[in-house]
Amino acid sequence: MAEKITGAEALMRALEHEGVTTLFGYPGGAIMPTYDALYDHKQTLNHVLVRHEQGAVHAAQGYARVSGEVGCAIVTSGPGATNTITGVADAMIDSTPIVVICGQVGVAMLGTDAFQEVDVVGVTQPVSKWSYQIRRAEDVAWAVSRAFFIAKNGRPGPVVLDFAKNAQTGMVDYEPANIDFIRSYDPYPKINQEAINHAAQMINNSVKPFALIGQGVELGNACNEVKAFLEKAQIPFGTTFLGLSALPSDHPLNMGILGMHGNLGPNVMTNQCDLLIAIGMRFDDRVTGNLATYAKQAKIIHFDIDAAEFNKNVKVDIAIHANCKESVPAVAALIDETQHDSWISSFKPYAEKEYSKVISHAIHPTEGALLMGEVVNKITEATHNQAIMVTDVGQNQLFACRYFKFSQPRSVVTSGGMGTMGFGLPAAIGATYGAPNRTVCMFCGDGGLQMTIQELGTIMEHGAPVKIILLNNNYLGNVRQWQEMFFNHRYSFTPMSNPNYELIAKGYNIPARTVVDRADLNDAIAEMLSTDGPFLLQCAIKEEDNVFPMTPPGANVDEMLLS
Amino acid sequence: MAQEYKKVGGQCGDCSTCGKCEKILSQTTQPQTTQPHKTEEEPIKMEQDNSTKLYTFLIYSENIAGLLSQISAVFTRRQINIESLNVCASSTPGVHKYTLTSFCTQEMAIMLTKQIEKKIDVLKANYFTDDQIFINETCLLKISTPTMLANAQICSIVRQYSARIVEVNSTYATIEKTGITSDILGLFDALNSIPECVLQFVRSGRIAITKSRIEHLDEYLAEREVRRKEEATRR
Repeated sequence: MAEKITGAEALMRALEHEGVTTLFGYPGGAIMPTYDALYDHKQTLNHVLVRHEQGAVHAAQGYARVSGEVGCAIVTSGPGATNTITGVADAMIDSTPIVVICGQVGVAMLGTDAFQEVDVVGVTQPVSKWSYQIRRAEDVAWAVSRAFFIAKNGRPGPVVLDFAKNAQTGMVDYEPANIDFIRSYDPYPKINQEAINHAAQMINNSVKPFALIGQGVELGNACNEVKAFLEKAQIPFGTTFLGLSALPSDHPLNMGILGMHGNLGPNVMTNQCDLLIAIGMRFDDRVTGNLATYAKQAKIIHFDIDAAEFNKNVKVDIAIHANCKESVPAVAALIDETQHDSWISSFKPYAEKEYSKVISHAIHPTEGALLMGEVVNKITEATHNQAIMVTDVGQNQLFACRYFKFSQPRSVVTSGGMGTMGFGLPAAIGATYGAPNRTVCMFCGDGGLQMTIQELGTIMEHGAPVKIILLNNNYLGNVRQWQEMFFNHRYSFTPMSNPNYELIAKGYNIPARTVVDRADLNDAIAEMLSTDGPFLLQCAIKEEDNVFPMTPPGANVDEMLLS
Repeated sequence: MAQEYKKVGGQCGDCSTCGKCEKILSQTTQPQTTQPHKTEEEPIKMEQDNSTKLYTFLIYSENIAGLLSQISAVFTRRQINIESLNVCASSTPGVHKYTLTSFCTQEMAIMLTKQIEKKIDVLKANYFTDDQIFINETCLLKISTPTMLANAQICSIVRQYSARIVEVNSTYATIEKTGITSDILGLFDALNSIPECVLQFVRSGRIAITKSRIEHLDEYLAEREVRRKEEATRR
């Protein structure tokens, strides 16, 4: 006979049963019984008090991205719940496994416009993988188990549990639940052997194959399998932003980054290859540019675990609906060991052109104000390409993704699909908990930092060792770049007056340093990396610098501007 | 025709705010002088896409609260009108069936179906054209008894359409008709052409069963049961 406990206590035990060790959260009225139960579980459930609920969800996302575990956030009802929605939507579009637990008014008060009542399930359903209201203490074990199963299996995503107050206080005979099968949801579809055979044949017949690597490779823990597959047939590949660390940056087959601000070679060659092999990526418009001219000359094979991604943006010849950890080796077993030397070397002139026209100046400038690219390059070198890169959104993100290098999986934390400014700082906090033994470098701009700057308080309180690299150009830089290029230099509300960030950091007891002169950069980076705990490195960046190359919005993928 | 111009306007394929859409929108939007039910009968005037037609979506889900809004959100996200909707328990215990119609292209129907099926608690979603399903719907008409007594043709119309008079009193008569959409609309048009005849008219949503010899839901459930046992033995 199980003992009788409250629903709130049942939640604690269910979370422990799921292996949760870290929670990011913020208490409030409707979640108080749960926080009361948490008080007795401080030894096993490390609760990180954030300064705003949006920060809790982004931190859970950062935690999940680097650890591969489900991130967990816990907030109160009403405004607490609505403050999480940006993070939930971000996790949905970027396939990040998180569980958000919101307090809710008691069932008897639902629908009465009670204090801090909001229809959380109704509001979050369109932007979450699953959203469920726990109305009785008896449902806690089942709902938590189902939530974690859904969040981490198949294509991962956010789950919201709306925890009514009476369910928190009600008594229940608790027994842990182990949901590992849902009749209406098949997270791991079986491989269709016919499609595998067909794909292998297509690859064997291809003279100019090109692979597109997305985050699905990391999410499916298929990095080694995909690497072996690409190496067997010597298939060059490009990566999406979220797929950047799936394979090492210096891999000889790695041709660079896809998309609007990616590298010249992979974008041009997308429209020259004879076979496009997309693995765990979703043909986002930032990757494809104009769909009408995208890879029309090529046959396309698409590996994905989400059937709704097939033929959504780009029509494909073969869709392989399975976990790429299984489907890619199945294809690899049937393909010939081949070389594509001349095809691979045809990328080279583009890489050289991009290097001479863009990269060399971006990372090795000799005069003028500091550039974002050189700061990123110096930091990736100083961390021997071993660090975790977290970015905010904007030029800082584009430069960081372009010039940071990776040697191990799960090293990229960036808001890809949603492009959530303010994501960086809290996500970096989460990353320090998800990968406590790794260096976490967070690149942000002066715009994004101020969107969640209150999380400096979280860093202060918990000592989260986030290396904050503030690339300050006194502008909302990416919007300013578009205004310069497409809106006739009309800088509508993009220049910004900035506070004294060093003083702010000092107020939070976070060591800080500002670099203005190039000559001081190495020393400042060394100081940042040798300082235990958090550090704010502010770099005074050239005000009107642009990110290139760039495929203008709506242009063809191979029409990249170099300046 | 509400959803037609929205489709042209909202999804021109170039971008979401090209300005061109507004132009198309103002050119194609007609003041709605015709009765709403004419939508289905009129040839669809699409300048860019003439393959838009009425699709019937048959969706099966677990019986969990909130599914209907999840399914309808897939349509509203794209501003596609749902023309009719019927929800009820299916022949399989614990499984709910949704019968939903909407004007769209086949490409859109495929995308909608996939995104509906992606919802965790949806078991199966399929789309059909009218020739692939048996369709039925019901209507009720309340007509004026004095008008009926004064017009002999009313009774002959009722007979002609195989409709049934359910109730008569000195004020009104209630007529029931079950059939395909065109018959129901034909009956309504015929009665409504008589002055001061129709007092109220109501149509149910469409219900439909497939003509296929394969029961996709049963197959799916059987498949999943096998999978469940496999997973259980693996543990």
